[in-house]
This record gives sequence, C-alpha cells and structure tokens, in this order.
Amino acid sequence: MTEFAQQVVAGLASGSIYATLALAIVIIYRSTGVVNFAQGELATFTTFIAWTLVDHGVGYWGAFALTVLIAFAGGVALERLVVRPVEGGPVLTVVMLTIGLFILLGGLSNWIWKAEVRSFPPNRPFPTSTWDLGGVAISKQDLGILGVTLGLVVLLYLLFQYTKLGLALRAAALNPAASRLVGVRVGWMLALGWGLAAAIGAVAGLFTAAASPPLDPNMMRPILIYAFAAAVLGGLESPIGAIVGGLALGVLLNLVVTYDTHLHLELDRLRLPIAFLVILTVLLVRPAGLLGRAVVRRV
Amino acid sequence: MRLLELDGVDARYGPVQVLHGVSLEVGEGEVVAVLGGNGAGKTTTLRAISGLVAQSGEIRLGGERIGGSAPERVARLGIAHVPEGRGIFGELSVRDNLRLGAYLRRNGFAAGYERVRGYFPWLEERRDQQAGTLSGGEQQMLALARALMARPRLLLLDEPSLGLAPSIVRELFRIVGELNEKEGLAVLVVEQNAKLALRSSSRAYVLEAGRVALEGPSGELAENESVRKAYLGY
Repeated sequence: MTEFAQQVVAGLASGSIYATLALAIVIIYRSTGVVNFAQGELATFTTFIAWTLVDHGVGYWGAFALTVLIAFAGGVALERLVVRPVEGGPVLTVVMLTIGLFILLGGLSNWIWKAEVRSFPPNRPFPTSTWDLGGVAISKQDLGILGVTLGLVVLLYLLFQYTKLGLALRAAALNPAASRLVGVRVGWMLALGWGLAAAIGAVAGLFTAAASPPLDPNMMRPILIYAFAAAVLGGLESPIGAIVGGLALGVLLNLVVTYDTHLHLELDRLRLPIAFLVILTVLLVRPAGLLGRAVVRRV
Repeated sequence: MRLLELDGVDARYGPVQVLHGVSLEVGEGEVVAVLGGNGAGKTTTLRAISGLVAQSGEIRLGGERIGGSAPERVARLGIAHVPEGRGIFGELSVRDNLRLGAYLRRNGFAAGYERVRGYFPWLEERRDQQAGTLSGGEQQMLALARALMARPRLLLLDEPSLGLAPSIVRELFRIVGELNEKEGLAVLVVEQNAKLALRSSSRAYVLEAGRVALEGPSGELAENESVRKAYLGY
C-alpha cells in the first residue's frame, strides 16, 4: 500500500510533464486543427537555452523564468514568420510544416549544443530528500514538479476563462470568421496561442531534464509520444482533458512498470508501446476522448 | 448625410466575379434593404463591406475609405455585421457572446448590456446557457444583441428571417425598427422576404446577377410591376 501511494505520486509527477506538453499540443490544435509535431523539439531547444543561461552564471530559477519568456516570444515569432504563410492552407501542408520544424529544431539543437551529455540542472532545483506522510515517503522533487505544473495550469485556466484576452483566444479558435467580425485580431490570437504553447512546452522540457538528467538533445522524443497519448486520451479539443489524460497516463505507466518487478516481464521496455496502445484504444472506443466535448447544437 | 457609400464595387470568389460595379448608399439613421434572388450577390455585397471578400471599387464610411480593410478594422470603424447563419459562438455562453460583442469597447460591457437587455429581456435568465442550445429565433436575437453591444454606427443584417417562424421574424423586425426610430441606428438589411424588407425600410435596391437592377423608395418599389411579379409574387 505504501509503495502504491509512493508510485502514484511519482506517476503524477511524470504525468504532469506529459500533461503540460499535451496542453501545449491541445492549445495549438484547438486554434488551428493541426497537431504540432515540433512541440517536443521546441521544448528541447528552449531547455538548451536555459542550460546556456545557467552556463553563463544565471541562477536556475532565473534561467527558468527567462526561458519561459524567450519560448513565448519564439513561439509567437515562429507562427508569424513560418506558420502564417501557410495559414488557411490544406491541413496536410501545415502538418508537413510542423514535421519540418521538428527536423529543423532537432538538427539545430544537435548542431549548436552538440550531442554530448550535459549535467543540467547543475544543482537539483528541488530538494532531493523525501517527505514522510504517515509512513509514505514522497519525493519533494515529485511534489515540486507537480506543484509548479499545476500552478501553471491554474494560471492558464484563469487567463482563458476570466480575461478578455482569454475570451478572444477561445473565440478565435472556435469561430475565426465571426471573431473577426467582432473585431478580434484572429491572426495575432493564433500567434499568441503558439507563444503560450511554446512557453508551456518549455516548462515540460525543463522538468524533463530535471526529472531525468542528464540533458540530452533527444530527451523529448518519447515525452512527445506520451503527450500525444495524453491529449488523445483526454480529448484533443479539451485542455482539462490534456491534464487529466497526462496525469492518468503517468500513473498508469508508473504502476505497470513498478508492479512488473514481481512479474519480471521487463515492461519498462514497453512504455512507448503502452502509450501507443492507449492512443489506439481511445481512437477505437471513444474517439472524442474522456473529456472531448460533444457540442450540442440546435438547427 | 451619407454614412455608407459603395461606388462601382466589384467582388470575386477566385475566378468567379459575383458583383459587377455595385453602387449604393445608406444615409445616417436610414434603413435600407437589398433584395434579390439566390446568387444575386446580396450576401457578397455585405461581405465586401465587411472586408470578408476581396473587392475593388470605392467603399466609404462617413467619407473615409474603408475598401480593402480587414474585417477586424471595419468592425473597429463602427460596422457590426450579423452574418447569414448568425455567426454566434455556439460553444460559448450567452454572456460570453455578448462580451465578445463589446470586445472593442473599453469597459463597455455593463452599459451596453443594460441597453441590450431593454430590447431582449430574456437574455438575463439565459446568460449562462450555451448559445448553441438556444432556439433558432433566440440565436438570431442573440446575434443581433451581440452586434448592438459594439454600439455600431451601421448594422449589416444578412437574411435575418432565414429559417425562422413568421412571428419571430415580425418581432425581430419590430426591434430593428425600434432601434432605428429611437436611437437613429442605420441599417443595411439583405432579405429574401421582399414584402417584409420593403415594409421595414425607407429605400431599397434590387440586385440581379451582381448588378443593381432597380433602386428607389421602398414604397415605390413595392408598387413596381416587375418587382411585384419577381419578388412579391402577385
């Protein structure tokens, strides 16, 4: 039972990383109907920016905040300069573009920072000790990652639900033509969406590096698959679904792998296939996902 | 005093030219109707004004050239367009739809909402309802209410009667008439229901194949032989 509780918390922590990247994917999907395959590589790229900042003497959390801001600006710039020219074109064109970005950013990370192993973060951002809760030892790092990502999610929720800008962002995603008629600059809303997604993805990248050092140019590839699985599980249209899906997937994978120690099936090697199995099952059984909206419309 | 002027406006969707030199005007505080059959270019005329379709020719609002402006800029200049099919945000609440109507007005929600509620008292109890679950008539009323939230100088109404019961259509046009009389709101309305359109407007244009075929005071057009035969059915 104790082990179970510990593994659930650990699963929630890794799940919150999948959830944040899934949220980034959902934000762009909602506004453009396109899955951004470059989201993971973008996160890796920005994590290397954080490494460079720390390497130049910036403190870890300062670098963290700066990186999130840089990622936001970078996301906006990417949309304006690269995505915008194909905006409104066939979906396949935009998808190919994001795959191109995936290759480009991956290549750039490898070229600029070389494919060598780096220790990052230099010091653990969270205490390595554990916290004893009624006999259950909970890692403070797990709690820290979970806490920061959930805090981020709450902030985003407040932005989208309670501000005029958030309303405009939602409107632009739901009905671009009607949004323009009420004066919403839809093009800029799309760019802001990319900026937000890149900023959220940056957090996922930073915490991936923190949770499983060292920093590696390919670290986000498996995470991207888990994020896809989380987004599909929650419903690609639903931000809350992405969070729920990410956390559920994190716990599921962690429990499967943990209890395998008794079965010796080496399921650890099957993490990615399990994620694919989740995607496949959801698409077959409930394509809208757990929280995908069934839009009610009277004609 | 002219509020809106179109001078020789052409518009096309890709290779298909839909408007051929359309000229029309709407004065301050005037209700003007555009009649015509399917495909005559009525909706395209409104879309050209709003910047939703590429056009050439002159479009002026209060003397200022707005032709070629993006829809969000046209909205900023004071034109509220209620598109065909209403263009409401079905997934959002009634209140959020109205908030979007006031998007361009700084802190303009409270005052605007008071005014709009005077015309549509039922909005208050439905404010948290998902707009897509309203009846067709309510959705059309909401679309109109949302347009009013922007405090426009000119209201563009595209086929407001489409698919609605006659009693709801009458109510809708009664409200538009009241807005015009009480507040001097200028309206350009495109309508298949010619009888209703002519009764509710002071002047009208008849479009045929993308050209203005006839224009004049609505009362005169209603007496016109060809208009009666083609659009009024008697």
